[in-house]
Amino acid sequence: MRQDKNVGKPLDRVDGRLKVTGGAKYFADNHMEDLQHACLVCSTIASGRIKSIDTKAALHAPGVLDVVSHLNTAPAPGYKQPDGKARRQLRIFADDRIYANGQPVAIVVANTMERAVYAASLVKIQYEQEVHHTDMRANDKAAYQTDRMKDYVRGTTDAWKTAPVQLEASYSTPIEVHNPMELAGIIAKWDGPDNLTIWSKTQGVKNSQVALREIFQIPDQNIVVHSPFVGGGFGMALRIWPHEIATIIAAKKVGKPVKLVISRDQMFTMVGHRPAADQKIGIGATQDGQLVGITHEAIASTSTYEDFTEAITSMSRFMYACPNVNTRYKIVPINVCTPIWMRGPGEATGAFALESAIDELSYKLGMDPLALRVKNYAATDPEKNLPFSSNYLREAYEMGAAKIGWNNRPANPRALKEGDWFVGYGVSTGVFGAHRGKASAGAIFKSDGSLVVQSATTDIGPGTATAMVQIAADATGISPNHIQFQLGESTFPDAPEQGGSATVSTVGSAVHDVCQELKTKLLELATTHIPDFKNSTPENSTFENGYLVTAGDAGKMEISLSDILQKSNTPVLQVTTTSKAGDERKKYSMYSFSVHFAKVHVHASTGIVRIKHVVSVADSGTIVNSKTAASQMIGGVVGGIGMALTEEAVLDHRYGRYANNNFGDYHVPVHADTPPTDILFINKKDPVINPMGSKGMGEIALIGFAAAVSNAVYNATGKRVRDLPITPDKLI
Amino acid sequence: MNPFSFVRANSPKAAIDAVSKGDNSRFIAGGTNLLDLMKNGVMQPEKLVDINNLPLKDIQLSKDKLHIGALALNSTVAADNQVKAQFPLLSQALLAGASQQLRNMATVGGNMMQRTRCSYFYDTAMPCNKRQPGSGCGAIGGVNRMHAIFGASDKCIAVHPSDMCVALVALDATVLVTGPKGERKIPFADFHRLPGDTPEKDNNLGKGELITAVEIPNNPYTKNIYYLKVRDRASYAFALVSVAAALELDGNVIKSARLAMGGVAHKPWRLAAAEQSLIGKTATEENFRVAATVAMENAKAYEHNSFKLQLAPNSIVTALLKATSV
Repeated sequence: MRQDKNVGKPLDRVDGRLKVTGGAKYFADNHMEDLQHACLVCSTIASGRIKSIDTKAALHAPGVLDVVSHLNTAPAPGYKQPDGKARRQLRIFADDRIYANGQPVAIVVANTMERAVYAASLVKIQYEQEVHHTDMRANDKAAYQTDRMKDYVRGTTDAWKTAPVQLEASYSTPIEVHNPMELAGIIAKWDGPDNLTIWSKTQGVKNSQVALREIFQIPDQNIVVHSPFVGGGFGMALRIWPHEIATIIAAKKVGKPVKLVISRDQMFTMVGHRPAADQKIGIGATQDGQLVGITHEAIASTSTYEDFTEAITSMSRFMYACPNVNTRYKIVPINVCTPIWMRGPGEATGAFALESAIDELSYKLGMDPLALRVKNYAATDPEKNLPFSSNYLREAYEMGAAKIGWNNRPANPRALKEGDWFVGYGVSTGVFGAHRGKASAGAIFKSDGSLVVQSATTDIGPGTATAMVQIAADATGISPNHIQFQLGESTFPDAPEQGGSATVSTVGSAVHDVCQELKTKLLELATTHIPDFKNSTPENSTFENGYLVTAGDAGKMEISLSDILQKSNTPVLQVTTTSKAGDERKKYSMYSFSVHFAKVHVHASTGIVRIKHVVSVADSGTIVNSKTAASQMIGGVVGGIGMALTEEAVLDHRYGRYANNNFGDYHVPVHADTPPTDILFINKKDPVINPMGSKGMGEIALIGFAAAVSNAVYNATGKRVRDLPITPDKLI
Repeated sequence: MNPFSFVRANSPKAAIDAVSKGDNSRFIAGGTNLLDLMKNGVMQPEKLVDINNLPLKDIQLSKDKLHIGALALNSTVAADNQVKAQFPLLSQALLAGASQQLRNMATVGGNMMQRTRCSYFYDTAMPCNKRQPGSGCGAIGGVNRMHAIFGASDKCIAVHPSDMCVALVALDATVLVTGPKGERKIPFADFHRLPGDTPEKDNNLGKGELITAVEIPNNPYTKNIYYLKVRDRASYAFALVSVAAALELDGNVIKSARLAMGGVAHKPWRLAAAEQSLIGKTATEENFRVAATVAMENAKAYEHNSFKLQLAPNSIVTALLKATSV
């Protein structure tokens, strides 16, 4: 068999036509008989209790079926179970507590969306207000450590203070909101008291199923979750949220299916966000640029009812060959909803600080920041003391530097000008764990020669089905045109949520393995039922172009795979396989790497930053689809531009309420902010991680990017912006 | 959004009658702002009177002025050859505003009628004297990075969001209105108001008065003009500060000048004193800097917008340099 015939090719998205013609059905596109519409009523205080809810006017409004709140419904059965944890998920309708502004407190159900929305505006709530805190920095005395994120020390604590060249600097990043185009929501439908079907915006149909099992105390098989198309997620749909539970409860109470699509302002207050973080880096080196020590401390915000932690300080532990590293990470409870991983998650936050500090140090040393990184390249993982499964960072630095024209970078800041604009170049590194989880896949091969592969994964945009078809095509020798990959259904074989850059590795491996299993079965059928092939073995046979080819004594024999089924009276051949990582993960340290280069212009008198050129290089192992992979990288770069230049969810701490909870005021980059972007791939197979040799890509596309921009802005202007985003007011 | 009735008017008189009758009726043209406000519950009109059928879309250049019907689309005006040739500042300002999709819906009259984007005005859970007189100003002491540095009051520090209006005030436009008491003309600089004690009033239109047109007297500002908009992203964002600059040059000597700013006040902010300071001077960065200093007299910043005290004069100088370097 010719290896990797399809993997690597820029295959068009298998669902691209559906998406651009409106044929793709997202959760809200589903209609059914007697479907009712819901609108949430949300708190207007940040902390306290509900004293009363006046629903009279709302209940009298046209088309209204019910207004559901803690006053007229029993909490979900799972919420009554003691769980032994003091801090736990927001238990909607379980009590009268308010933990955050914009927290859903009631849900109005009506026979049209407009009527539900209007009726929701008529619900009047009285509160008993308590003191709230939404300013993380002002509340930093409340910071605490969690078991999940302990202090880390390698070598000597604070050794950077003994180094000949030292830098200490503080960096801050604001709350960012995922804000995918598609709004969050759900359609909930009960069939009897114990059978629930939902269509929802989720990055994990199995996640949702498990969460609902716990909350509603009904068995898995009675819960069906559909999420075949997701209009972007960036992490916000990685868990069940209270608005989903509210809708499910309401649907049960009114005895009809109910649809809820939350509004854009509600996307700020009930489906998570990237937490705010304050970081401090101390870093020291010898005069010739050998790192002596790094100290990385961070505090980040969480809610008052759950601990949210992420890997903000992790990168500092292993990125560079530095003998002394210590990190500390604490979280600060504030009155907002619980954060959730946002693309690149904590690593993107941490990389901004570390990679800015490396850049700052390079100027102190009088050294090219790229040379400083190469000099401190870690050939093996200094944290785990293991070899990397693959690490082509040095090649990535070289490729990217050549493409951006790093030679043109002035060694000193504020040295290069084009017209009114200062010109600068910056570089940064990104890194994220290359994971492989456990997943199952099913293969259904029919006698017409078509193959359907299924797994309960999801696709939030990267082109999962397309990549899986390519993997299955190479594994089976069946043309991609005859393969369909189905996802987004909880009834399919188990797969984890789409998150953490692990889908190709995790689900792709299951697809690969189930295809191997399918070939084994096909070979068995051929040897058992077809005399010419009775001596076929895996060693003398291959699968090519939809045929089984066996090298026999009389030369090559071939039979189409569909003929094998027909001749063996097998209408359908179905196999399912579960696949997971083995001991290799104990022997190797596995990471994906990225290097980002940015060329920026900064207007001398107005402080406007324009990114003129981006080069991002990914060391992600084997690239399964060069087109969708490049798109995924570009998407990460655009997210990185937002993090660097525009995105900040602003709270008015007096009210604990967001002041820019809409797309007009919360600025995501527009086309005009997005420069020519060159995506380069190392595209070398990781020999260890999984059968494809593919590492992850979704996170590294963004991780580090903001620092590349900030470093370029410094190179252009001599002004170091340590507080994102880099808006014009910070540069004039 | 509250339930409301909707009627379509076929003449200006019918439209005016329809709006004059109700207590809480509004004209609607493109609706690009009003619909958002209604969806957020900020405005809750009982009746919308659709004026899109009225014959107010024409753009006519005569020997002394340009006449622009109130229902001419922002995109149409921006792309009009006469406008581009004779009033390029207006075209540039229009193209700096909103997005192509919005400009395709928004009308000239509607652009003038758009309301502030102050977040306290938009969030009905927050205090706002403009939305709910007497409830207080959330922006004072709050998140006020986008807010006014000129002409604000202790009741309101919101800014007018338009770009088009900045060019129109610089170009000495006149607003033509008709209403229950007949027709009248309002100098553009007197159309919008400062907040004072009545921030709920954005402009000086009377009840039932309908904008029918805007007229701009012919002027020499066809070449040395520039509309500079400084904003947080490259497109589709409201101005931190914007500057409309127009110069009439004789060699390198300034014969006359027009300057106005957006994003700094409750109305488009004409810089008359700065204009005067430029007349008879040579077009140099030093003289522009002097004018910018004059322009900034009486500027007052709040907690989060003090950067505008530096950004505004820098932007004036930049716009004037751009206007002279063509």
